[in-house]
Amino acid sequence: MTPLRMPDSLVLIAVALPFLGALLIPLFGKHPNQREAVTLVTAVALVAAVAGLLAPVLGGARPEAGGFEIAPGLALAFQVEPLGMLFALVASSLWIVNSIYSIGYMRANNEPRQTSFYVYFAIALGSTIGVAFAKNLFTLFLFYEALTLSTYPLVAHKQNAEAMRSGRIYLLLLLGTSLVLFLPAIVATWVLAGTLDFTPGGVLGGKASGTVIGVLLALYVFGIGKAAVMPLHFWLPAAMVAPTPVSALLHAVAVVKAGVFAILKVAILIFGADALASTGQSGWLTIVAGTTVIAASVVALRQNNLKRRLAYSTISQLSYVVLGVAILTPISMIGAAIHIAAHALGKITLFFAAGSIHTASHLTDVSQLDGIGRRMPWTMGAFAIGALSVIGIPPTAGFLGKWFILGGAMQTENWLAVAVIVVSTVLNATYLLPIVFRAFFREPPKARTPEHGEAPWPIVLALTATAAGTVLLFLLPGTPLALSKLMLGR
Amino acid sequence: MSALSPHLPILQIIIPLIGAFLAGFLRRGSVAFALTLVVIWIMPFIAGALLWQALTSGPISYALGGWAPPWGIEYRVDVLNGFVLFLVSAVGAVIIPFARRSVAFEIEPGRQAWFYSMYLLCLSGLLGITITGDAFNAFVFLEISSLATYVLIALGHDRRALLAAFQYLILGTIGATFYVIGVGFIYLVTGTLNMADIADRLGPAAADQSRAIFAGLAFVTVGISLKLALFPLHVWLPNAYAYAPSLVTAFLAGTATKVAIYLLVRFFFSVFGVAIDFRALPVTEVLLALSIAAMFIASIIAVFENDLKRMLAYSSVAQIGYITLGIALANQAGLTGGLVHLFNHAVMKTALFLSLGAVFFRLGTVRLDQLAGLGRKMPLTMLAFAVAGFGLVGTPGTAGFISKWYLAIGALDRGWWWLVLLIVASSLIALVYIGRVVEVVWFRPTSPTFEGATDPPLSMLLPILVLAAATIYFGFNTELSANIAATAAKTLLGGLK
Repeated sequence: MTPLRMPDSLVLIAVALPFLGALLIPLFGKHPNQREAVTLVTAVALVAAVAGLLAPVLGGARPEAGGFEIAPGLALAFQVEPLGMLFALVASSLWIVNSIYSIGYMRANNEPRQTSFYVYFAIALGSTIGVAFAKNLFTLFLFYEALTLSTYPLVAHKQNAEAMRSGRIYLLLLLGTSLVLFLPAIVATWVLAGTLDFTPGGVLGGKASGTVIGVLLALYVFGIGKAAVMPLHFWLPAAMVAPTPVSALLHAVAVVKAGVFAILKVAILIFGADALASTGQSGWLTIVAGTTVIAASVVALRQNNLKRRLAYSTISQLSYVVLGVAILTPISMIGAAIHIAAHALGKITLFFAAGSIHTASHLTDVSQLDGIGRRMPWTMGAFAIGALSVIGIPPTAGFLGKWFILGGAMQTENWLAVAVIVVSTVLNATYLLPIVFRAFFREPPKARTPEHGEAPWPIVLALTATAAGTVLLFLLPGTPLALSKLMLGR
Repeated sequence: MSALSPHLPILQIIIPLIGAFLAGFLRRGSVAFALTLVVIWIMPFIAGALLWQALTSGPISYALGGWAPPWGIEYRVDVLNGFVLFLVSAVGAVIIPFARRSVAFEIEPGRQAWFYSMYLLCLSGLLGITITGDAFNAFVFLEISSLATYVLIALGHDRRALLAAFQYLILGTIGATFYVIGVGFIYLVTGTLNMADIADRLGPAAADQSRAIFAGLAFVTVGISLKLALFPLHVWLPNAYAYAPSLVTAFLAGTATKVAIYLLVRFFFSVFGVAIDFRALPVTEVLLALSIAAMFIASIIAVFENDLKRMLAYSSVAQIGYITLGIALANQAGLTGGLVHLFNHAVMKTALFLSLGAVFFRLGTVRLDQLAGLGRKMPLTMLAFAVAGFGLVGTPGTAGFISKWYLAIGALDRGWWWLVLLIVASSLIALVYIGRVVEVVWFRPTSPTFEGATDPPLSMLLPILVLAAATIYFGFNTELSANIAATAAKTLLGGLK
């Protein structure tokens, strides 16, 4: 046995770090400052470990670790490929920002059970990294379920009737779809292909008829419930009952992106993009994804609660990635990958802003936000940038992903997809821009009680950072672009 | 030591039998406990040695009293029953530390020594059924274990335990009678009681006396099905599990039904299967249909149970459905799935019942509506419950997942994709009944009534934690579970006609 090379051991370190953090956090339960320091140190160390893998991956290496076989077909193994690298990079770096935000939010709102909050959060992040670095479907599935189980207590955090009901929906829908649809798809893949490894070019090409491929694709798309493709999206609005840092990092970034990431990865590395295109089984997927994009946007328009509006917006934006898969051109898949990163930055900013408003003023509804931009200029400024990104207007990152997906749709003359993107952009603007308008250009109500300014500084710092990141990613898209291209083997 | 090693098969049975006899004469429960502890911890080592020998150098044959088979009684250990022997004796040994306080709490002092006596007697009966290669000897041990079980159930703290024991006595006797009638038919046709010998002679006899053989098969199958609580012959099980002392429930759930399932597998694959093509008979289809019915109907009943012991009892009926499903599939992956679930379910269900035993020890109740917020008072106990519970659901990373993985592949190998969907759909119901408990004990405000409740003393907590850890361990390491099950399945299927 050759000794582990540096990048290989970094893979294990990256997966293990958050779990280690989760073990250490309870030891400092009585000392909040030290407890939060553990979270921050873990997050920084994680980013360092993940970033250490970037150069080798860009250089064409595929660092590996594990390879522990449980039973035939079931191996616990990690391999860092470009798409997983991109996802891990986004999730881990946003964890630092989100932890700073959490400190401000949890303390200002006097949330109970903060120690267990940080513990479950760390486990969720570790599971996310596990999903990102999974070498095969089993490992992905294992961490996918761990992610569901570790975020369930966060959704039920408030422990009132509403939180419990939401927790129930969350657990049943996510665990249910994965057990009833995702798992049979994995078993069928194993029986058909004899391997569960993610392999460039896919493993199912020529192994099954077009119909079987179509059914399998459906099992994967709906079985990966975290992607929130309609009609299996109910869990996401329900999860909004959780504290805002959970909604921001987990239900706008880690959990939902783990879903679309898995779909993208399965499409490229299990089915194989070319094999999928040749079976002609993706027409219905365009329709399903397109319907989700439009319908969720329309529902978002009608939500008065800010977090719920953002949740429906997330459902809509997630299906952009699925749409990018359904269009089945390299350029649209690159767009899908970039959209994972871009939407993460934009949407986390919007949620940070929503939580900031809640912390400073205890307002939760869109209709209450008249003139709030004058009291909270940083928050609403960041919100405006995040909104632009979600709509897809330069100079924000959201533009990039949409541009590539649109390009792919044009290239294949998939006019349905083109129409979906255009209509959705209009809808996005309709449900997001009026909030910005209200905040800055409407007179605040005279009888506003009590006086308030900006939220605590950690919150403001965090949302400013992500807003800046949204613009920065537009200006310097080199790394994500390079990774997305490598993902397709070019 | 080397002088003893050829006699390991009989020592496996005789040591607990003598232990049971001695314990019956003791007055003090604590002395009987100490005796039981020593005796029972010898068991897994003997079973382990036998299993190892069967794995490395093939089946062991032991002629009882020096009478050569097929005239005398033969004890025969191959990979399959070595595996079951090890499982039963390990479960019996791992949970025994739990007994001291639990038994002292639930059973009046005058009867505690009897309890241990019956416990050892039941264990030796179960091990006897497993180890013997003689169809009638199996009946004798079946009766020994059953009679001991009736007493153990009747020792329950609730007066309804008497009724439950009586109910089980009636049905268990019917089951045993059916079994012995079936063995009678076989004896009529073959003139032998040695299982291997029956298998040899059944083939030639099948040509002209097929009706007697089918009658024998039917009686044996129904008789054993009653003992293993195959749906709809499970009616004795929920009451027996609910009202028996906590330790007994945990013990029975991990061992008694498993041994009955072993006996069914033995008759199907090593006795009848060798002589006649039983896959062509409607037996497997009926078993398949009943297994699926168990998986759904019993699970749904479990969802609506408020008494958690009853809930887990119905869950057991459902989980037994998974095991018999694997038997009905009768292919390599399917049978492996059934056998590995026999192992995994024993581990997980014992953990679940033991943690309920700890709850009962602290609160005197296991009714769900009285357990709100208990997770904050007894965190380790309820964590173990949740881990083993999610194992039942089949979450990856737990033993339950491994079982379902093999069963699903077995179903797909048969081309039955609909069965794959049924398997996973029924685990969704398990998610509902386990999730319900997890929600109540962890996320409801803590009930003020259990002020002083904490995790139980270490002697009770340790077995619970060991079994919960085993639930995860066997989700990652399948050397002992799935690998041996696969070897056993291969041998069984290889002998089929």
